[in-house]
Amino acid sequence: MDSLVNYLLVSSILFSLGLYGVVTRRNGVAVLMSIELILNAANINFLAFARFGGMNMTGHVYALFVIVLAAAEAAVALAIIINIFNNFNTINIDDVSELKQ
Amino acid sequence: MSDIAFWVIVGITVGSSFMVVQSKSLLYSAYALLFTFIGVTGLYIFLWADFLAVVQVVVYVGGILVLIIFGIMLTNKITSVNISHTSMQKSMGAVVVIAFMGLLGYMILSTPWLVLSNAEPSDTTSAIGRLLLMDYLLPFEAVSLLLLGALIGATTLSRKDT
Repeated sequence: MDSLVNYLLVSSILFSLGLYGVVTRRNGVAVLMSIELILNAANINFLAFARFGGMNMTGHVYALFVIVLAAAEAAVALAIIINIFNNFNTINIDDVSELKQ
Repeated sequence: MSDIAFWVIVGITVGSSFMVVQSKSLLYSAYALLFTFIGVTGLYIFLWADFLAVVQVVVYVGGILVLIIFGIMLTNKITSVNISHTSMQKSMGAVVVIAFMGLLGYMILSTPWLVLSNAEPSDTTSAIGRLLLMDYLLPFEAVSLLLLGALIGATTLSRKDT
């Protein structure tokens, strides 16, 4: 358990699952959840390299920034999705290919 | 003992993230995402990141997940049972993603990582705070401005009529 490779493998699995969700899901909210998975995978990598690279705190600071950006992104993306739902009555992102109705 | 705990946490994380991308119901996906976040928090604790673990719970579980569930509830009429939710090109996506995962795994296993030995710190909060207010003061302020902008933008976007 105490090895860098384990964490990197878990993180790569999480990243790949998130990527799978982004390319296959057709629902805006589901795509957003998959993006959160990808961001978490990146964070695990930051912290794993910090822990096994001499406990360098810079990785922690960058992970903190990633969490902040994820929060901002989720808020704005959900506002956009709710607007799309109000205008088009669907959140299937394949149906939303026009800037106005 | 801690070996078992680590692998249980890894199992929870990977299994529930698989549920997130695979589940038929969007609400089940959101609940599975909760367990993914909890599992990732456990991994953070194994990585000696106590402050980040607490932030993960507070921001992701307390903030982002609640927002996502709000989004699901607001974009589906309560009367309609079937939550509009389909996956497309599953097999093609799976092939591409499994190939990508194999590539990543090969890269990880074949790279000779340089691992530095170090002792477990007593706490990480003071070091993070020192870095944030000294070396990373400008990014810190920029991020606070960005959060303010995102807050105002999200409120403006989701108003009914301007």
